[in-house]
Amino acid sequence: MEISTALLGNAIIAGLLLGGFYAAVSVGISISFGMLDVVNIAHPAFILLGSYIAYIVNDTMGFDPIVVSVAVSPLFFMLGMALYRVYYLCFEKRGQESLRGLAFFFGVLFITEVTLVLIFGVDYRMVQTAYSETTLRLGVLDFPLRLVVPFLVSLAMVVGVQLFLTHTFFGRAVLAVAQDQLALRLMGINPYKVKERAFALSIATAGVAGAFLIVIQPVQPSIGRDFIGLAFAVCVLGGMGSVWGTLLGAFVLGFAESFTATFFGPSWAPAVSFGLLLATLAFRPSGLLGR
Amino acid sequence: MSNRAFALVAFVIALAIVAASQLVHNEYFFSAAYTVLQFVILATAWNILGGYTGYVNFGSAAFFAVGAYSTVFLYKAFQPPLIVMILTGTLVAGMLGLGLGYLTLRLRGVFFAIASLAMAVVLFTFVVNWDYVGGARGAYILQPREVPFGFPRYIHLLYAAMVLMAAFALVVARAIETSTLGRGLAAIRDDELAAECSGVPTLRLKIFSAAVSGALMGMAGTTFPYYLSYIEPSSAFGLSYAVNSIAMPLIGGMLSWPGPLIGAVLLGTIQQLVQVTVSSAWNLLIVGVLLVAFVTLAPNGIMGWVDAWRRRKH
Amino acid sequence: MKLIRAIAGMLGVMLLAASGVTLAQQPPLRIGFGMSLTGPLAGNGKAALISMEIWRDDVNAKGGILGRKVEFVHYDDQTSPATVPGIYTKLLDVDKVDLIVSGYGTNVIAPAMPIVMQRNLCFMTLFGLNVNSKFGYDRYFQIMPAGPEPSMDWSQGYFNVAMTLSPKPKTVALVGADAEYPAMALEGARAHAKRLGLKVVYDKTYPPNTVDFSPIVRAIQATNPDFVYLASYPPDSAGMVRAVNEVGLKTGMFGGGLVGTQFAALKTQLGPLLNGMVNYEAYAPDVSKKFPFLEQFLAKYQARAVKEGVDPLGFYLPPYAYAMMQVLEQTIKAVGSLDQAKLAAHMHKAEFDTYVGKVRFAKNGEWAMPRMLTVQYQGIAGNDAEQWKQPGHVTVLYPIDYRTGMVKAPYYGSKK
Repeated sequence: MEISTALLGNAIIAGLLLGGFYAAVSVGISISFGMLDVVNIAHPAFILLGSYIAYIVNDTMGFDPIVVSVAVSPLFFMLGMALYRVYYLCFEKRGQESLRGLAFFFGVLFITEVTLVLIFGVDYRMVQTAYSETTLRLGVLDFPLRLVVPFLVSLAMVVGVQLFLTHTFFGRAVLAVAQDQLALRLMGINPYKVKERAFALSIATAGVAGAFLIVIQPVQPSIGRDFIGLAFAVCVLGGMGSVWGTLLGAFVLGFAESFTATFFGPSWAPAVSFGLLLATLAFRPSGLLGR
Repeated sequence: MSNRAFALVAFVIALAIVAASQLVHNEYFFSAAYTVLQFVILATAWNILGGYTGYVNFGSAAFFAVGAYSTVFLYKAFQPPLIVMILTGTLVAGMLGLGLGYLTLRLRGVFFAIASLAMAVVLFTFVVNWDYVGGARGAYILQPREVPFGFPRYIHLLYAAMVLMAAFALVVARAIETSTLGRGLAAIRDDELAAECSGVPTLRLKIFSAAVSGALMGMAGTTFPYYLSYIEPSSAFGLSYAVNSIAMPLIGGMLSWPGPLIGAVLLGTIQQLVQVTVSSAWNLLIVGVLLVAFVTLAPNGIMGWVDAWRRRKH
Repeated sequence: MKLIRAIAGMLGVMLLAASGVTLAQQPPLRIGFGMSLTGPLAGNGKAALISMEIWRDDVNAKGGILGRKVEFVHYDDQTSPATVPGIYTKLLDVDKVDLIVSGYGTNVIAPAMPIVMQRNLCFMTLFGLNVNSKFGYDRYFQIMPAGPEPSMDWSQGYFNVAMTLSPKPKTVALVGADAEYPAMALEGARAHAKRLGLKVVYDKTYPPNTVDFSPIVRAIQATNPDFVYLASYPPDSAGMVRAVNEVGLKTGMFGGGLVGTQFAALKTQLGPLLNGMVNYEAYAPDVSKKFPFLEQFLAKYQARAVKEGVDPLGFYLPPYAYAMMQVLEQTIKAVGSLDQAKLAAHMHKAEFDTYVGKVRFAKNGEWAMPRMLTVQYQGIAGNDAEQWKQPGHVTVLYPIDYRTGMVKAPYYGSKK
């Protein structure tokens, strides 16, 4: 196959746009796992929940899914707070978080998936938006809007999270909690409240990412599991606890998948992504931008 | 009871069960029991690394599938006797556990868990692309016409093999649990840093535990292609193996060998019943709800209740 | 402890078995099977079950078979092979049904074969691609009209039509999902390409959970194939069709073996995106004259389908699920008993009159003549389902005796 500029150019564009989406999926994990040390394996379940809520509203009232998801993100925030409270009371307080916490979130993931199946069935669901079927063409390069719009909003969200963490008092409290809980307590801040809200934020981002997902591709309940590995791969690759690292990791993964799909055969793309994760864990566990 | 005595008793009971089962003429019993026994082995195996050592493995399906696919590979290559396939599958899965352990057990537990998940995906992709064992199209494994040992049907042989393998897994688990090795693993589970400081060779023990756990999980999968006659990647790597191998020890009790056995028999039987009565989507919901309920409210599982009751009596 | 448990288990099962015995004047004729009521193929499974139940009610209204009322015993196989041995051993040893048929799809047919073969049962199966080639069982029958050599016959129509393009195509691109059906279909396509002397310029598969199909379509475009053969399941069928439209694939002909566009869900979702594509269908309103009685069956089916939330058109599986039961009914009546050997012998030699026309089986249990329709979608406007019930939205290209028109090429130009 001759590698034309069109093919190469479009592979780069696709990788970039895909990477933006992967960043939205993973930024929540970057917070909950990277900063709070909570291994929320159920993160993709909330992404799917976001997708289905966006789908229902879009199907019945025709509103744009991304707008809907931003509007309902406070609900996800509250859901996150409730979930963290249960997690904290049952596990973290008792020091059992490693094994039991993992099993707990695994169970939550499962219950969410099966409940979605019982309600919606396993057929794929799609949304109709004003831009789903438009593609901008610049010369030989294609920019399908169904990828571009989520990409832009996702970037805005990720940058927003980073600015929140570095420029607001609460945000810096989150960064502090990640570094040294005791010191934080000595300064008069309740680490539980900080962690509770940070975790809630991560779940809120999951809800919005869900809308991106259903704009980009059809969804059905079991695809959540495909994203567990991806989200953690991105975070570990980028470096835990670093939002810029997550963004970088997401782009690396997006490019890896896009290039593999275009030049070597799409069949190998999942192995490349996860192979990258395994290699990172084996040789540089702190990731690219990690501490 | 010493380990040797226990092994003897287990072996005798296993043979008795196999002999008694010859009185049953209903083949459905064997099909259902095969699946439950599969879970007994998986749960016991998972618990060696999970309950005894405290490291969660999300990739049980991968080890199971490795056992199954090594059988497929040998079948396509030169069709050795079943026992050879079982031994090979167990060995290959054990090496996989060793490799995964060596790569990731130097890091924290969560990394091992995530890596086990990632490894499952990589292996799945590899098998899907491997045409020799059928790849995505799947492979047909035909049960031999002649059933060895004089069993009337092949499923009886498979059932007998599973009973013996389950007994073997339980013996291994008990042997580890009651040995010095087991105490080292328990120390790692309770506080790894303290264990390391007390001189426990944590890395070596963890890797050993991962290898044994992986080997037994692979052993559970070695006869699966013969049971189904047709194997393809999605069913071999199915998520129900991963979830059940975690839920069953959790529900039964993770601290000792009877726990996974109880959890597997209980949950496995419930699932078999649900399958032929109500709709099966509820099947998975039940497993998920039980998992969450037990992990939050009864962290030591059913065996934990038994122990608490025994303690109260004294 | 384990022994007691084992004995308790056995007692429980025996009790279950005992409770399954029913006593009646003329005992009902019980037909047992597993069916996908949950899992990836649940939509089709439920549609098939509805059709089979319509047949059962039709037959019982006319007095049953051999004076016995027909009853179904079925379990959900979850579209998972692992449940099949348990289900069929239960049906045969515990429920003691009189006759069995299969569930839907290769995944659930293959695991049942050893059980069926051990007991020498006559086995009618529903839409499995080329299962019997591995087992060589002489009492296996398949209702899917693929033809005596399914993996080749499946893409026969498409390649035949492709060779009528002018100029004559010299290159072909083959693509499909990493799964059992597409792998089998692509194998057949490769054989056709070899037979016709075509150069295969692209031959790759993609994982079923692929998010973005545009890189794949671009890679295909880069090889400039004269036509493209795609074998896919509903989710990736939709994704590929969208990607092909998004990228603007320029080629002589596109389509082939996409599963999914036969159902209302994808027809309505994709709507005009389907224009110009060539694919297979089991039925189209344009050839309704060739299938008398089918319209009244479809009316009954569609009424129930809408209520139960399954495929409201029913052009794919339902007529064949009904026909499969008709074949069994006619065979039992002709033989006069449930002797499995006699049933199988009759099915091998007779020709059956069913709602999908005349059915005849080859020696390996597949259809003697392939009869999947190769069609080209055209004139689709909007996303409603009603337009599909009227003729004029597909042109039937193959087989010749069902043809309603010629293919419009190239693919991109024919979308107008």
